[in-house]
Amino acid sequence: MRVRDVLTGLLLAAVGLARAGDYAALPGGRFESVLPQGDQPGVSVPVTLAPFELRRTPVSVSEFLAFVRAHPEWQRGMAPAVFADARYLANWSAPLEPPAGAGALQRPVVDVSWFAARAFCESEDARLPTWLEWEYAAAADESRTDARADPAWRRRILAWYERPAGAALPPVGGPANAYGVRDLQGLVWEWVDDFNALFIAGDSRTQGDPDLLKFCGAGAISIIDRDSYAVLMRVAFLSSLNAADTTSSLGFRCARSLPGASR
Amino acid sequence: MSLSTVADRMRRGALSIGCLVGLSLPVLAGAAGKTAPGDFGPPRGEPVHAILTSPPNVPPPVARNYPAKVIVELEVIEKEMQISEGVSYTYWTFGGTTPGSFIRVRQGDTVEFHLKNNPDNKMPHNIDLHGVTGPGGGAASSFTAPGHESKFTFKALNEGIYVYHCATAPVGMHIANGMYGLMLVEPPQGLPKVDHEYYVMQGDFYTQGKYREKGKQAFDMEKAIDERPTYVLFNGAEGALTGDKALKAKVGETVRLFVGNGGPNLVSSFHVIGAIFDEVRFEGGTNVQKNVQTTLIPAGGAAIAKFRTHVPGSYVMVDHSIFRAFNKGALAILKVDGPEDKTIYSGKELDSVYLGDRAAPNLNAVAKATASSEKGTLSLDEQTKAGAELFNGTCSVCHQANGAGLPGVFPPLAKSDFLAADIRRAQGIVLHGLTGKVVVNGSEFNSVMPPMTQLNDDEIANILTYVLNSWGNPGGRVSSDDIKKQRAEPAAAATAAH
Repeated sequence: MRVRDVLTGLLLAAVGLARAGDYAALPGGRFESVLPQGDQPGVSVPVTLAPFELRRTPVSVSEFLAFVRAHPEWQRGMAPAVFADARYLANWSAPLEPPAGAGALQRPVVDVSWFAARAFCESEDARLPTWLEWEYAAAADESRTDARADPAWRRRILAWYERPAGAALPPVGGPANAYGVRDLQGLVWEWVDDFNALFIAGDSRTQGDPDLLKFCGAGAISIIDRDSYAVLMRVAFLSSLNAADTTSSLGFRCARSLPGASR
Repeated sequence: MSLSTVADRMRRGALSIGCLVGLSLPVLAGAAGKTAPGDFGPPRGEPVHAILTSPPNVPPPVARNYPAKVIVELEVIEKEMQISEGVSYTYWTFGGTTPGSFIRVRQGDTVEFHLKNNPDNKMPHNIDLHGVTGPGGGAASSFTAPGHESKFTFKALNEGIYVYHCATAPVGMHIANGMYGLMLVEPPQGLPKVDHEYYVMQGDFYTQGKYREKGKQAFDMEKAIDERPTYVLFNGAEGALTGDKALKAKVGETVRLFVGNGGPNLVSSFHVIGAIFDEVRFEGGTNVQKNVQTTLIPAGGAAIAKFRTHVPGSYVMVDHSIFRAFNKGALAILKVDGPEDKTIYSGKELDSVYLGDRAAPNLNAVAKATASSEKGTLSLDEQTKAGAELFNGTCSVCHQANGAGLPGVFPPLAKSDFLAADIRRAQGIVLHGLTGKVVVNGSEFNSVMPPMTQLNDDEIANILTYVLNSWGNPGGRVSSDDIKKQRAEPAAAATAAH
């Protein structure tokens, strides 16, 4: 299994040279999300994830610059307001001039809307990952594919939450996790394809209160593991957004379905 | 018809506005003395921008005799601030302070609330105002991503003092990081005039390091869940209301305290040492309790306490769950200036015991000793002088300035057989703390001394040398090296000795 993954990874890395972006292959399989997936709130129902590919790093400023050069309709000032709010790429000095400074081009791109992120991914024949794909990939640490039971894993996430977003971001390319994917934790928030459905899904929660996780103790009613609050804070963040919104700590990466695998 | 019935019908639209105007309502508050009708008609006049104040200040009285549209603009700011000397913490704040900005409106006002989430913030936030009637107290309508703004409008139906707080999951963490404050809804006739109004709010904090452990300290969820706070504080930081920042009043003045408790976990036994509250609107409600020594303030609750000052001095506000005051920081000072009144009180100061720790330190002797120590010329005299100053700052709170301790509570250091028997053991106690029974000079003590982790090797050596050469103790010297070596050893060696 391991060897095959590594081989697939190598193969894909080679292919990646030809295509934009560098993707890791993730095997998928049974996965237990922090968000209830079954009919009964509070009862864990593991889901089965199809194998998929995930970008090894978040999309960088230089990659996004190349994208807006090739797709002028996504340049600041050109993108329609319904697709990107007033803060869209606000820290770029001009529509084709990202912030200057050493390493600035290698920082993750931020201040991008869901629509823009989606368009970028389409441009490299990909899509945004689903929340479940993202959560599954981010459950890993450097050596384990599911490190969520380790308090150290959680502490690292919380340590990042503690740092206000004002300071300059580090470049993409932190340590790789067990899947070879980097920067899932500790760099930026990331858009997911279904960010808008995290609270309002076709399950029992919609029959109850669609605001369920939005305020106060209500959130605690339906979550499965109370220790998973670190992950839930990301869910809370994503659910606070509209698709045209941008923030200074929100970037994205892309995913691809593997041929023949259904999402 | 009671007020709540009116409010209820208002909400259901069953009562016309015209019917309400001039309607006489029952007495709301014994505190207010006289009564005035609630005015729930449509807002009149130009919209008013609410004045928001940082603690401990309270906005001026509303001074309006009609309901208005009041615009409140509150910005959420995440920032690192000092929680104790040399200790920093990442606060999430309403308006840049913990507790958040004080909001003051009049009963019947229509409040247009703008919640702004600073673009440099990382977290989404919202606000649950206990003074709002509606789902989530506004939380459901104010969930806001960084770099965005939410707006919602409510009518202030009930008068009183109300807590507000962030209610984004995990709520406990948002509150523990300082996201709470107070909103006063004045009765239509206003509150009776007083000389001073102050804003004090308690909160408990959970850091990964120990109390006063230096450096940047992270939030500790385990401790928060276990309800074991590292700090219990008034106005968000140790020293927020002491020294130069103490609250001030003159003799013969009236003081009204709006006291809230943000929690997240603890309830407060709020007490002002040496003062009696003439009136307390306990739980922030309309009933008034008179002649109160200590008032209980629930987490997510508030009270209005009023009293008149009679005697000058420093009045120490504490959470009378008293270890929180002396070992976790829940201390604030009200400094009252003016002439003595010997008929009420003989004039002996009350505050020295509590202030010692926070008083402006005169550490010349300490600086001198440090310099000599570096040169290798440290004399016994320099050591004891430095030790005396450090002792007065740190140890005298419990062991008293004369080393006599407090019978049954804090063991004496003066002529102490326990100390004389084993100096090394004493060093270990300062380093690692001591819990449980000890017998000193024939009396039994069963208490807790926290480890003095904030003191460095030099400081401990000087303090112990001072103690050994004072109050009939046998003399001797402790060197910085002794402490350094012992600090490196496991704590068990020190605790096993008793």
